Order: sequence, then C-alpha cells, then structure tokens
Amino acid sequence: MPGKLKAKIVAGRHLPVMDRASDLTDAFVEVKFGNTTFKTDVYPKSLNPQWNSEWFKFEVDDKDLQDEPLQITVLDHDIYSANDAIGKVYIDIDPLLCSEAATVISGWLPIYDTIHGIRGEINVLVKVDLFNDLNRFRQSSCGVKFFCTTSIPRCYRAVMVHGFVEELVVNEDPEYQWIDRIRTPRASNEARQRLIFLMSGELQRKIGLKVLEMGGNAVVGYLQCFDLEGETGLVVRAIGTACTLEKISTLTSASTTHPSNSSPSKDMKEPIFGEEAPGNPLFSGPPTPLRVQTFSSFSPSKSYSRQSSSSDTELSLTPKTGMGSGGSAGKDAGPLKALMRQQTQSALEQREYPFFTLTSFPPGFLLHVGGVVNARSVKLLDRIHNPDEPETRDAWWEEIRQEIKCHAKALGCHAVVGYSESTSICEEVCILSASGTAVILGSRFMQDGPLDTDHRLSRQPLVFSTGAERVEGDMGSSISLGFEEVAPPGCGFCHIPYDELNIPFPAQLTNCYCCRRYKVPDVLFTTIDLPTEANITGKGCLIQARLCRTKKKAQGEGNATAISNLLPFLEYELHTQLMNKLKLRGMNALFGLRIQISVGETMLLGLASATGVYLTALPSPGGIQIAGKTPSDITYEQHISNMQKKINDTIAKNKEIYEVNPPEFVEEVIGSPIPEPRQRSRLFRSQSESSDDVSELDLSYGKKDAFVLEIDDTDAVEDIHALLTDFPTPPGFYSCNTEIMPGIQNWTSAIQMFTSVRVFRLNNANLTNQGLNKIFSELCENLLKSFYFKLRSMVPCCLCHLNFTVAIPEDELIQVAVTAVAMSFDKEQTLENGRQSGDKTLIKAITENDEQLQFSLELNAELSSPNPLSSTKGLSDVSGSHLSARDRCSSWIEQLRLKAHIIRRGSVKTTSSLEKASPLPEGRSRSLRRNRSYSGSSVAVVKMTPLSLLPGAKIIKYLGIINMFFIRETTSLREEGGVSGFLHTFIAEVFAMVRAHVAALGGNAVVSYSMKECVFMENPNKNQAQCLINVSGDAVIFVRESELEATSVQPQSATTQTSNGGEGT
Amino acid sequence: MSVELDVFVGNTTIMDKEVYQLWLNGYTVNDAVKVRIEGGIMEECEASAEVLLSDTMDQYRTFQMCERLLHHPAKLANQLLFQIPPDRQAMLIERYYAFDDAFVREVLGKKLSKGTKKDLDDVSAKTGIMLKSCRRQFDNFKRVFKVVEELKGPLVENIRQHFLLPDQLARDYAAIVFFANNRFETGKKKLQYLTFHDFAFCAGQLINHWTVGAVDNMMDDMDVDLDKEFLQDLKDLKILITDKDLLDQHKSLVCTALRGKTNVFNEMEANFKNLSRSLVNIAAKLINAKDVRDFFIDLVEKFIEPCRSDKWTSIDVNLYLIHYTNSVHILDTFKHHGVWNRYMGVIKSCILRMYHE
Repeated sequence: MPGKLKAKIVAGRHLPVMDRASDLTDAFVEVKFGNTTFKTDVYPKSLNPQWNSEWFKFEVDDKDLQDEPLQITVLDHDIYSANDAIGKVYIDIDPLLCSEAATVISGWLPIYDTIHGIRGEINVLVKVDLFNDLNRFRQSSCGVKFFCTTSIPRCYRAVMVHGFVEELVVNEDPEYQWIDRIRTPRASNEARQRLIFLMSGELQRKIGLKVLEMGGNAVVGYLQCFDLEGETGLVVRAIGTACTLEKISTLTSASTTHPSNSSPSKDMKEPIFGEEAPGNPLFSGPPTPLRVQTFSSFSPSKSYSRQSSSSDTELSLTPKTGMGSGGSAGKDAGPLKALMRQQTQSALEQREYPFFTLTSFPPGFLLHVGGVVNARSVKLLDRIHNPDEPETRDAWWEEIRQEIKCHAKALGCHAVVGYSESTSICEEVCILSASGTAVILGSRFMQDGPLDTDHRLSRQPLVFSTGAERVEGDMGSSISLGFEEVAPPGCGFCHIPYDELNIPFPAQLTNCYCCRRYKVPDVLFTTIDLPTEANITGKGCLIQARLCRTKKKAQGEGNATAISNLLPFLEYELHTQLMNKLKLRGMNALFGLRIQISVGETMLLGLASATGVYLTALPSPGGIQIAGKTPSDITYEQHISNMQKKINDTIAKNKEIYEVNPPEFVEEVIGSPIPEPRQRSRLFRSQSESSDDVSELDLSYGKKDAFVLEIDDTDAVEDIHALLTDFPTPPGFYSCNTEIMPGIQNWTSAIQMFTSVRVFRLNNANLTNQGLNKIFSELCENLLKSFYFKLRSMVPCCLCHLNFTVAIPEDELIQVAVTAVAMSFDKEQTLENGRQSGDKTLIKAITENDEQLQFSLELNAELSSPNPLSSTKGLSDVSGSHLSARDRCSSWIEQLRLKAHIIRRGSVKTTSSLEKASPLPEGRSRSLRRNRSYSGSSVAVVKMTPLSLLPGAKIIKYLGIINMFFIRETTSLREEGGVSGFLHTFIAEVFAMVRAHVAALGGNAVVSYSMKECVFMENPNKNQAQCLINVSGDAVIFVRESELEATSVQPQSATTQTSNGGEGT
Repeated sequence: MSVELDVFVGNTTIMDKEVYQLWLNGYTVNDAVKVRIEGGIMEECEASAEVLLSDTMDQYRTFQMCERLLHHPAKLANQLLFQIPPDRQAMLIERYYAFDDAFVREVLGKKLSKGTKKDLDDVSAKTGIMLKSCRRQFDNFKRVFKVVEELKGPLVENIRQHFLLPDQLARDYAAIVFFANNRFETGKKKLQYLTFHDFAFCAGQLINHWTVGAVDNMMDDMDVDLDKEFLQDLKDLKILITDKDLLDQHKSLVCTALRGKTNVFNEMEANFKNLSRSLVNIAAKLINAKDVRDFFIDLVEKFIEPCRSDKWTSIDVNLYLIHYTNSVHILDTFKHHGVWNRYMGVIKSCILRMYHE
C-alpha cells in the first residue's frame, strides 16, 4: 500500500562560493526518492537562495518508505561544464511513519559533502501521508517504534515484553567493488553512505516485521552495528527487545477499559484496600536472629574451561548433568515456587533465545541475578556468496547465542538480560562476542501479565498464565511488589539463583546481609544497570581492567587458532584485574560490565569497564594480601610489607572517597515493626529455599577472606603495579559507566556530553606485554585525567555512561574513543543522602510512574490514604529522615494529584485534535514556529546524552530513532590541521547534523546517544585521511520539571505549553 | 611512542576564557602551556603538563575553527557546527574584537592597507604585542572598516549590529574607522602623550557634530565623512580674525568676562589674538583634506602647547573657551552663529579632553 511523501525546499544559507569570478553561487536542488527525482529552479547569484519550491510529491510503497532515505542534493548550476555538487542531505523518514512520533520534518539541515564537510544549510519541509495497510502479508512494518534506550521509555509503559529480535543483512561493500577504482572518492563515499542507509532501513523494516509477528508494537534497546568486513562484504546487524508499549498520557481516559489490561486489572482492583494492611513483604523485615555469619576463605572465584572458540569469564563451563534452573530450585523448593519457576521457565524456553537487550527494568522484573555470561568465537571471514541468504553469519551468531543460553542455564537462570553483541575484525579474522547477565525473571512480565507499574502501588494477587493454564499465587510476597522497593533492603536480586549445594563455579556464599535469609555470593558481576531498588553503601566508581597481549603475525587458520588460544588468558587476566581493583576500592559488585576484545595484527587488546559498588546485601570484601613465596632476605620482605602497606592505605583511602563504610555487622536489629506478614511469607520461603538450615551448618570462618597475591609471580607484580597506578579521581569528581552514579541523586540540569578520541602510536615494535600494558593503561588513565581537567568547571560532577571503545586501526596504533556525559549535582544534599535512600527510591519510583499514579489515584477516592500510609510504613525502617521523607512524599502526591487533574482536563480537549485527528494541526503549528525560528537568528539548543534520561526534565515525547552514518575523507590533511584537526571537525559536524535533524523533527534532545563506530584511517604520506562514524539515539521532546509545574497553573494550555517548552530555544 | 591524534568534542563547545585570551594574544600552544603552568593551574587541578598540552591544543583547534565565524559574528548565532550558549558567544566576539590600546595607538589614522600590515612587525616590536595578535587586531579594524564603509546610517549603530559588539567597543571601532577614513595624523611625537581614548572621544565628537549624519539622520550618506558643506562654511569664520574691529571687540568682550576669574589672566589677554587666529585658521583650512589630517597636531601645536607653556589649568582653558565661544554672539556684525557653534562645540570638548596638565 502506498504512502505519499511530500517535500518542499524552502531556502538555503551560508552556501559556499562556487563561482570564483563572482564570489557567488547559482544553486538549485535535486530531491530524490527511490528512482524519482525532482529539481528546483536555479536561484542565481546568491549564497542564501530562497527557492520556496512547490511540494514535490512521491507516491511510493511503504516498504520503500522504510528502506529508502530522502536524498537532497544541492548543486551549483554551470552553463559550460557539468553542474558541481555542493553537498547532500539524507533524511530518514522513518520517524514520520509512526503516528506517535514526529509529524513533520522541518528546519535547517546541514548540507554535507564527504570531502568538504558541512557546506551551508538547507531549509526543508517533509511530510508523509500514509494509508494504513492491514494486509497480513505485507512487507512493511510501518508504525513499529524503535528505541535505542535500553529501558522502558519514559512516557510509555510496557504492556508486554515479547523478547529477543535479531536480524542481519549483508551486502558488498562499494569501497571494494571494481568500479571503485575508476570513480572519485566522493562517489565511492556517497555510494557507501547510501548503501548503509538503505541497509539499515531494510534491517529496521525486517525487525519490525518480526515484532509485528510476535504481536508487539515496539523495539526497545535497539542496537544496530556494522561489520566492515572489507573484501568479504558489509554486514549490518541488529538486536533488540520486542515489546508492546502503551503511551502513558493517552491512558488517562482509557483507564480500566484498556483491552490489554482488562483482565488482570479486574482482579487487581478488589484487593487494593484489603491487601494493603499486611504491610511489607518479607524482605523488608528485620532479619531473623541469625547468630552466625558465614565466611570462608577465599579461593579464586572462577575456574576455567573453554572450547577453542569461546570463553567465558564469570563461570565455569563444566557441564553439570541435568542442571537447569528448574532442577536446582525444584530440589528443595516448595511446590508453589517450583511451579512458578517452571512456568516462567517454560514460557521462556519456548523462545529460541530468552534474551533481553534491556539494562534497567521495572522493579519486580528481576528476581535473581546469576552473573555475567559471555561467549566469544573466532571466525575466518569468507566471501558471502548470496547476500540474500547470509547463512554463515546467521549461523555464527546462532552458535554464540546458544552458548550464552547454555551458560545461563548453568547458572541456574532462564533468561539473559543486558544482552549485547559485538565484533572485532582484523584482516580476515573476526572475533564475535556476546555477553549478558544471567537472571531469573519475575514471571508475570513474561506472559500476558502486563508489565504494569500499577503493581507497585497496589499489591494484589498476581495472575499469570501459561497457555491455557491459569495459576494463582501470592507472588506479592516473593517478588518485589507493592512498596517493597521503598523498603530498605532491595536485596532480592542478589540472592543466588543456582543451587547452593551445586554451585556452578567456586564461590563462597553467605547469608544475605539485608534479609539474612537467603544466600548471596561474595561478589556479583553484571552487565546491567544497578536496579533502582538496590540498596548500596556509599558511592560507586568506574573500574577498568586493561590488557595488551602481543601476538605473532600470522595468516588465515593459524592466526585464528593463535587468537583463540590467547583469548582465555586475556579474559582470565582481565577478570583478575577487575577483581583486584574492585577489592582495592572495598566494593563487592560490578554493574554495566562490558568487556571488549580488539584484535590487531600483532596484538590483542582487552578492555573491561564496569561500575563498582558496594551492595549492602553482599559481604564486605576482604583486603588484598601479598605473599612472597620464597623465604628470602629482609629487603625483600620489606619490599613486600611496603607494598602491602601501600595497598592497605589505598583501600582505606578509597573507602573514604567512595564513602564505603558498611555498618559493622549488627547481630540483632531491634524491633520488627511488622512481624506478622513476614511470618506468613516466610512459610513460602523457608520451604522453597533451603537456606535456613544450611546456614547453621557452614559456620563462620571469620572475616578473613583476603585475596592473596603471590608476588613471585611476575604477573602478580604487574598486577600490583596496575592496581596502584590507577589515578584517583580528583575531588569533586565521580565516574561510572552505568546510566547514573549509584549513590548520587540531586542532579542539576547541567549536562555536557562529549566524545573524545585518541590514537596512540607505538613506535617501538619490540614491546613486551608488560610494556604494552603500561602504555595502554596510561593511555586510558590520561584520557580520564583530561576529562577531569576539562570539565573542572562542572564540579561537583559525575562522568556517567563512560563508554570506552578500543580499536587497533593499524599495526602499532591503538585507538580509544570515549563518549560520556558529565552531569553536575548539588553537593549539599549529597551529604545527607546516605540516610535518604528510602526517600530516594520512593521519589524515583514516583517520578518514573507519576503518570501511572494518576490512574490508581483516580481509582481511590481518598487519594492520600493508601499511598502515604504505605510509604511511611516502608520508610519506617529508614532511621533518621523518614519524617522529612514522608512530608516530601505527601507533597509529591499532592502535586501529582494536581497534575492528574490537569492532564485529565487537558486531555479532553487535546486528544481529539492531536492524537486522533490528522496530525496536521500540530505539524502546521510547528512549521509556523520553525519559520519564526529561522527568521530569528539563534539556533535551538539540542541536548545530547548517552543516558535514557535528562536530569531535572521530563521526556514527554519520543520522536523516533536517529541512526546516521557519515563518511568523511580528505586529501589535504595538513591543511585541515592534521589528523586531529580533521577528526575534530568531523565529530563536531556529526554532532551538528544530529542536532539539526533532531531539531527538524521538533525535538530538543537526543537520549541514549551513542557513537557505535568510529573508524579512522590515515595516510599522512599521501596527505589523506578517511573516517567513518555511525551514531544513534532517540530524538525526544523534554520539558523542564519546573516548567511542567508551571503548566499546572494554567491547565487549559497544558499541551501548548509543553510543546513550547519542547522547543527549548 | 606518541599520541598521534587527540581530540575532545563537547556537545556544548567547551571554551576556557583564559586559554582563549592566550590564543588571542598570539601565544603558541607551547607558550600558552607554559603560561598556564606558571599560573599554578597544575597544582589547583592536579593536572599534568601532558593534560594541559592536550587541553590547550584542543582549545586552540576549536578557536581556529571558530575564527572564520568570528569574522562574521552574526553567523556565530545561527551556525550549527558549534553549540555555544549566547553569553559565551558574546564573550567570544567581544574578546575577539577587543584590542590593545598600545596597538591601536600605533595604527590609528593610518591607512588600513597591505602596506601598513607589512609594517606590523615593527609595531609588534615596539609595543611588545605579539605579531599574531597585531595581525588579528589589524584585520579586525580592516574588516569592520570594509563592512561599514558601504553602509548607510549611523556608524556606531551599524558596527554594533553587524559585529554584535557591546556599545563601548562599537564606539571605539567607530572612532578607529573614522580616523582611518579621514587619515588623521596621530603618530607625531607631539601627539604621543594622547591616549587612544582621548582620540576616541574626539572622534565621537566629530562624528556626532561634524558629519552629514549628524545634522540629518535621514541622509543616505553616512557618518564616516565630514560634512563638506560645513567645512566650506567654516571659511566664513575667517572674518573673526581678518576684520580688525571684530577681533578687538571679541578680545575685549572675552577679557572683560574673564578678568579676575583666573590666575593666568595676563597670559590670556596677551595671547588672545594668537589663539583666536589659530583656532579660526584651523577651521578655515579644514576644507583641504590634507589639513584635516593635521587637525589634531594643529590643535596641539597652535593652542594646547601655548596654553600649557603659560601654565593654564584645565579650568582656565574651559573658562577661556566658554567665553571665547559665547562672546562671538554679542558681536553684531558676525552672522555665522550656527557654524560657529557647531565648530566651537567640538573644538572645545576636544581641546579639553586633549589638555593634559
């Protein structure tokens, strides 16, 4: 079914001088979509042409609408010779295909040329009239929303999470086609850009089809990557999580009658009032009087076993016969729990891959976290014979995913979250990697149960079903529901999912330090963000393990084998480093772990980044002990004791910096406020988990699980060196690679996103591993130092989502690219926040769901009665500030009530005109605004952030995915300021283009921004360089929270206000 | 082993004011790093020299990329390449167009030509301002000159709107443009004691009172040139010195008014005819472009120096000029009151400004 694409070329500005004689330009524009091309008139002799063209209309298939970009070429008319191209603009019209996203693209877009960069701007208007296609066999998937954000987008709620979607498409790389020898670099670059545009369009469409097949309407955590394989082709692959999302703001009127929601909500409603009395579920209760704590001396927490082509960091692969999560849990489990697990599991196992690309979840989604699972495989690239059936590449990934699935199983888990895939290619060798976190999920999110945050407010018996079967059980007690997240110990996810008698890898278990009830591991590594409900002590920090390994130059099979053989050692050492550094900071858990292995001709690079935290539920880590093996002379001993002292000092200092001062273990917590329900829920638990009796058995070994490093080992010397050379973050700075720094709340709205790239040349070919390590480590450290210095004006601030990408672009070159955001916060409040964790989570929960709140608020006539009541109850365990917290809480609710009122009123007026009727009115008004804004001089500010949120602001609309690919080439490198000048300009141009496209969609920010590819190649001798950059993110409209409050003063103009605010000029 | 490539790009362009100033002052990256190190920033921020170097390079690159935008400040506001908050933009522009008094004093009134630009190394050597900075300042003058030369309407306003400069800076540029256009001589030894601000003040007076735009805002011509008609009319003032009666009458009127009010009355009386001749002669000669150039030197040589050698105070000068100007209106045979006022108003303020005791 067709759609009609309409484009209008309004004007140009700042065009380059194309005619030397007159210092002017005779510009005209070609507008091309598919095979149809339109042209504007020539606007003679002007650098600021006003074409004001008619509407060019393209009648096209919606499949093409998804695949093809709109291509706008600005040319200089020349009577005697061929017209010179000034530059091009590619416009992805995908955001216009979705009714909830943007309705018009209108604004100044940079005219881009792959040789000259940005050359002026062009003002365009683009619209799409789409006729709905209900054909079941359709090829298109218009209307499926895509989000890069790896959590449920802020103004949506997930009705259902369907699961993993993946797809890859393959093509020949134009750069390597024979024709490339005779065409200009510009033509070749443009062919490549266009092809990649087409391929990502196709990929998105295909993924969309899969989502529709699954019954979903959106892809969250969409991750698209390019593999530039060179001779063998170009692979574009993507993974994501299919969901059914529902817009929150439209919910207000729909309330209970929403179809997808109806059956569970019916069951929910009645118990709301009755159920709230019992109070907190068991986790929040004070611990049972447990007498002893279990500790055992530490043994290296992992063993190794791997196959030639894969490796895993966190767990041993030793196959355990018949071990599955069901089996292990079922052994001692109570019938209900077993049943529940089985159901979730079977639901999950029906799926090919129970994977989720999400990294943060609504509370209650994660039950238990097993650990990181990770698989790698080394492949030799071969020519792809039939691009339409990229079987080999598919098969490779399938293999890896199967392995991940097995690993997860071995950990007693049935799902993998925070899942991602990556490659590293050098010549014909390709390392495929996949990693994720093995978890057990709350069953209700899996099947028909809506992933509905209303649960949090009204605890109700959960209904879940598998197939025809319907089972009911009070899951409210076993998974975090209701106000459990407010209750202090958010420790549930730390509890081991595997059978403790049958631990899949050597680790020692202790009773949870929060609930004292279930077993927890001594350390926990994950690839996800810290769950909001998690309880931590102090602050977190970025922890990186960096490693270089030399390798002999080799070809083909031999090379692949050599790499395969090196990989496990690399991973082992990375892991040891991580562990050491974690302990050095006195922390016990890693979040957002990302291990990157990069392959070059003569070396392998490994970089593991994660955010270390002290999980209150986990035992305090022991120190690091250095032991000399040989009983030698005194100086040696002294050396050791010196080092030991240094380490101890560092640990102590770090604990101070990160405020890691876990409360000394208190044997008995006095007074349990609500013993009753705990008792009751314990019934379930004590049956299902065998912890109680066992804890009595494995009596404490005392608190001396020190990590022993034997110094005789040269590796250990190196390790210690690496440990101690880490530069401490300067005062006022924190850093993490997760979304938000655990332990900091009061963010101001000041953010600064940045990208930094460094390339380091190793001139000395004969470097040892140690030498390389040192260089690599210093490179990363220096980068961080530079950031701290540059951003010193933002102090106190935190570098969030520090994303390091390493590559070996050439022999002897190491490239590190970093994208992160610096966010400043208020210092005053941080001081007291240690006591406010309960408060924080409460507020966080509310801010996240304030829209949903309205829903349940509407249900209850006396608004304030259930909520503050239960919240204070939850808070009663937080000693100290619970009073203020309550005040704050109720004032929040007051505000929300106000807001709910307004939005309800507002929606009557606006939904009819905006959402249901044609999107034209909004579009028109925006284009009017645009017109005004470009006649005025200033450019709208567009914020960019790699996070999914903007502090102090509320995202009110997602306008669509931004996925852009640019190539820039130069043959006058020196004149452009050398490699740095060249790349600096290019990155600035990429930012400018992203901002311009977002602004043209009507947005004022990009969230979940990432630079997924930055391939830089240079040839200084020829004065040439080339760079490819791929960026992506979600275009959004946000409103400052302060403005939002302002809107509530004038309810009648609620929507117009927000859209104005969205302009954010 | 070396860092081959090192860039840092922020979504909001990060610019350090201090480094910007160093860049503007013409420091090389290495010198700038040295200055920064001496400034104690390393201790303050626990940074190493390496970090400083990298940061300085980055900033220098950014400034270089911005420079072409700064040449057309209006473009800075609607370009897309750099996201710079408005207050930062204003800072960038203001500092870019700021100049050193020592430098401007050297080129004030000179033709803004290639020849002058070639001599900038001498200026640099003389003033101690780096050549790079001299070039920037010179190019700024030239750029502003070129743009407003062809524009109609009030000079200061044109500069302010075109280059988005703050009011005072726009006025200074107006003065520079005005001086360059009329090629006033300012470099003579006798004029060395005058600062740029003295000249700028005088330029303001001239622009406001002696140009075409000064009398008629609607005129298409602009403020850069002196009003030819007015200059022509100035010749008529000669009667004040050629007509002996008029001169004597004038003298007696002034002396009567001044008697007893000043310590230097005798000198005033003795010098009256000389001074009056000088001022009227200056007026009468202004029709010749060459004499316009010597306007300031004439004022100094023919009026200020004689007064100074007689130890007049500024108050004396002021008093003298007030009465000198006003007495003319009592002369019944004198008809050119409009021209006289227009002339003497400016002369009086200029002399007072230029009269350093």
